[in-house]
Amino acid sequence: MIKFFLMVNKQGQTRLSRYYEHVEINKRTLLEADVIKTCLSRSKEQCSFIEYKDFKLIYRQYAALFIVVGINETENEMAVYEFIHNFVEVLDMYFSRVSELDIMFNLDKVHIILDEMVLNGCIVETNKARILAPLLILDKMAES
Amino acid sequence: MALTIVSQIFPREMIPAVLPLIEDKLQHSKEIIRRKAVQALYKFHLIAPNQVQHIHVKFRKALCDRDVGVMAASLHIYLRMIKENPSVFKDLTGSFVTILKQVVGGKLPVDFNYHSVPAPWLQIQLLRILGFLGKDDPRTSELTYDVLDESLRRAELSHNITYAILFECVHTIYTIYPKPELLEKAARCIGKFVLSPKINLKYLGLKALTYVIQQDPNLALQHQMTIIECLDHPDPIIKRETLELLYRITNAQNVSVIVQKMLEYLQQSKEEYIIISLVGKIAELAEKYAPDNEWFIQTMNAVFSVGGDVMHPDIPNNFLRLLAEGFDDENEDKQLRLYAVQSYLSLLEIENALYPQRFLQVMSWVLGEYSYLLDKGTPEIVITKLYRLLVNKSTTSETKAWIMGAVTKLMPQAPSSKTVEKLIQEFSVSLDTCMRQHAFELKHLQEKVELMKNLLPIDKSCEDLVVDASLSFLDGFVAEGLDQGAAPYKPHHQRQEEKLSQGKVLNFEPYGLSFSSTMSSSGCTGRQSPAGISLSSDVSGNSAETGQKEINSLKLEGVKKLWGKEGYLPKKENKVGNIPELQPVAQDSTLVENVDQMMIKKDQSQALHHSEEEAEKQRLASTLFVGLGSESAVSLLGKTDTVSHKFRRKSKVSDTKNRELAIAHNINCSSFNPLSNAPYEDDDHLNNFQGKGDTGLKKCSLGSEFLESDLKSESLTELHLVENLSACSLSPPSLFEDNSMEIFHPASPILSSFANEISLTSSLLEELNEHVHSDLVELCNNEILKVSSCKIWKDDCLLLVWLVANKSSLELKSTNLEITPTENFKILEHPGFCFPIIEAESTKSIQHHVHIEKPFTEEGLSGYIKCQVEEDPYIQLDFSVTLSLLDFIRPMKICTEDFGKLWLSFANDVKQNIKVSDSQANLPFVLKTLQQKLRLHIIDIIGNEGILACRLLPSVPCLLHLRAHEGMVALWFRSSCSSLPDYLLYQCQKVMEES
Repeated sequence: MIKFFLMVNKQGQTRLSRYYEHVEINKRTLLEADVIKTCLSRSKEQCSFIEYKDFKLIYRQYAALFIVVGINETENEMAVYEFIHNFVEVLDMYFSRVSELDIMFNLDKVHIILDEMVLNGCIVETNKARILAPLLILDKMAES
Repeated sequence: MALTIVSQIFPREMIPAVLPLIEDKLQHSKEIIRRKAVQALYKFHLIAPNQVQHIHVKFRKALCDRDVGVMAASLHIYLRMIKENPSVFKDLTGSFVTILKQVVGGKLPVDFNYHSVPAPWLQIQLLRILGFLGKDDPRTSELTYDVLDESLRRAELSHNITYAILFECVHTIYTIYPKPELLEKAARCIGKFVLSPKINLKYLGLKALTYVIQQDPNLALQHQMTIIECLDHPDPIIKRETLELLYRITNAQNVSVIVQKMLEYLQQSKEEYIIISLVGKIAELAEKYAPDNEWFIQTMNAVFSVGGDVMHPDIPNNFLRLLAEGFDDENEDKQLRLYAVQSYLSLLEIENALYPQRFLQVMSWVLGEYSYLLDKGTPEIVITKLYRLLVNKSTTSETKAWIMGAVTKLMPQAPSSKTVEKLIQEFSVSLDTCMRQHAFELKHLQEKVELMKNLLPIDKSCEDLVVDASLSFLDGFVAEGLDQGAAPYKPHHQRQEEKLSQGKVLNFEPYGLSFSSTMSSSGCTGRQSPAGISLSSDVSGNSAETGQKEINSLKLEGVKKLWGKEGYLPKKENKVGNIPELQPVAQDSTLVENVDQMMIKKDQSQALHHSEEEAEKQRLASTLFVGLGSESAVSLLGKTDTVSHKFRRKSKVSDTKNRELAIAHNINCSSFNPLSNAPYEDDDHLNNFQGKGDTGLKKCSLGSEFLESDLKSESLTELHLVENLSACSLSPPSLFEDNSMEIFHPASPILSSFANEISLTSSLLEELNEHVHSDLVELCNNEILKVSSCKIWKDDCLLLVWLVANKSSLELKSTNLEITPTENFKILEHPGFCFPIIEAESTKSIQHHVHIEKPFTEEGLSGYIKCQVEEDPYIQLDFSVTLSLLDFIRPMKICTEDFGKLWLSFANDVKQNIKVSDSQANLPFVLKTLQQKLRLHIIDIIGNEGILACRLLPSVPCLLHLRAHEGMVALWFRSSCSSLPDYLLYQCQKVMEES
């Protein structure tokens, strides 16, 4: 099960966070700071899976942006690792060459995409066209 | 969009309201809406599984949906359900395998591909489900072999995601019932992973190896070199995973190397969580496989010094227990202990070395207990060392208590030690009451060397001392106290009840304030009796009698300390308190519960130990002369407990006071001054008491009303049950015989047994004819044995009758019938039954009364029968019967008025609208169906509404309000049990659909 989904930049600023398990607000900040510290301390040659307390962190770096996913032991690490990439590909497709600014200023849309893909801690949809379908409908409605 | 929201945040209470809407959406023409509906249902399943169980059929439909997305969404629900209960879904294995085959075979639309791999996450999900289904089940696994092989073959492309699939495949292959060929392939896969230069893959490989290695350690040998490489890998995560792997393959030969590696890692890592888990593992390995004493002690020393205070408290406790109990060999023990003592002494030699508190505690215990094993080193040296620790500023008071205990133990061996005297002097003025108390104890013990030797025997830490548990020497005092008008002791719960009721009433009383302050002060001390406080305020008197009371109050104060506010205090204080008297117990570092257990044990033995008793007396005497507070902790918890019993017993024995007076006195004792009779207070209390009694009575009467109605309904049930249910039961005796003939194995040539069985069953039936029962159902059968069962719906329980028929012409010896216990049922009789002999061609029967523990829809009750024909090996036959909730539902006969009352008193309700066809829509028809099929009792019909009632055995009532209009039936359930309405609703829906 996926416990949380984080997007953090190299400066340690959280760009997006989504929790699938209840965590207290003040603990979230602590957790995020700690998680990004652990991720930043690791070099490229090191493994992208980290055992952190009683769960695991899977992270991937895209330019200055880190995507970190916390999972428990039932999840397949590699599948989540690739899932992150899939998510980025979807963002890329929607924003056409996604950048950190896109995410900052379209946070609602990123959330919609993420919610399409992950639900209650499970990966529910990975088909790019289907993920974007509701969002495109919304956009169309906004235009007209 | 609304559906998306539903699937993300939704309160549990609103489910019944929206459920029908969502169910409608399952048939929607657009795939996205169907998919979202399934996702919403998944959410419902997550938060309230029993509310959606009636739509399982619809999940199946979703699984077979023509759109992949909908099917994928339903997989999440299945994964969860199968994880909980794989046996129910075995029949779906085929479908899952077909789906996976299609996915792997690339039958999906191209846009599901990810890097030209067809729907990888879907594959992983399916593989996981198959893994759960095939676990320990050869037949189901059989079905999956092909598709697993196929997936392994297809996933040859070298992209990350294929590795993810491969990993899942390997995992599944090793979870299901093994097949050698597949195992071999999986092993090759793992090899690829481990040898991969990519670090992530290496990690996965190691993880896979950890799974595999328990089944097949040889695989580890193949990858030996890689593992060694990984062990020296710069990445700590890889290292850690490798250690995890090594931990699994540890045995007696390689333990020292592995533990060595683990310790190395431990020294580097800083994170608390890692330290805790690793330390636990090392300690476990060391205990299990230690090659020799020296190594063991060294390892444990390392563990203690690194793990320090964060480690699990079980570790030092286990270690000490191991030392104390020892092994089989006496010599071995001695060596181990000797070595431990030596190593600790040498560790303490080092100046200024800082050790974690836990380690110090362990050291001091061992030194105190076993330093006599040292030949030359006199206890003096040890004591000096301990003394140095004691004055060290960094030592916490808990550790100090341990050290003091050790010193006390050592003292008999060095009666005239200067250090001890110094120690006593120094700590007699210590600010820490606990330390001061210890110092005083030491002082007194030192004065009586004989007693001390008696109290503190050498190397007896594992033997229980016998203590006079009943404290008979206090009897005199108790009698005296009672004569003086002191209140008899009351047990804790009784006091609390009184407190509660008083607290309530006191609010209205003029004197309320002062009392409640007493109450609150005694309330916060928890266990302490109110008498304790009041007595202590009475201490000022100096007669012998008050003196004795002082003991009493002091004792109670000691208890009070044990139950202080800080969580850690109790443990410590308890230890402290125990050391002087119950030392062996304390040495085992028992917690409060343990002491209690011991006391019970001793209570049973009832053996009086003379010297101990005397010691007790002396102790009490000395208590009297030493100042207040310092010796208060002398009494230990268990003892005060027994004192309390004694008090109570006494009060019963002494007939001078009747019950009422006792109560008055009890109330009295909660006031400030119990021994001086203050009449107005007394009056107040009596008033209070009466007031409380009134409310209590009211409550009682309410309760009894409820009970009465219950009883009434039950007695009525008996009368009506048969007639009500005659429609359901299909088995009058004559019909039954026919049935059994059909069931009977046609190949069986022996007619006589046939006749035999019929006669027996019919005789059985006669016995049970007054109850409604089901047909005889054959459960299992082979050429020798046949087991069949019959349910009998008795009023108070479900009676299961098992018939065991011997079809062979030989005698069956020691036939055993065992029912596997499950959590949902309670079987009143012993679940197993043994027939010493079943003669040839005869039938025996057994009955079991089954009760339900918690509601369910359908649940199997399984068991097996084992028998032996002459000298042949045992034959075992498994069987199971399915019991449904309806087997435990009985009508409840109540009147409309009672219904109204009950309806308001139940909190758990469930509402649901059901669509029915027009022909069913009339109320009488629906009611009749429910009455016949569900055994509900119809109470009343008003217009288009009806009310019904039933009870779940033994007596959990459930009420139903039913309204029919325009092709809809609105059902409204209420019950005192939270889950029962959901289950009943499901049953109702089922019968309505069937009819």
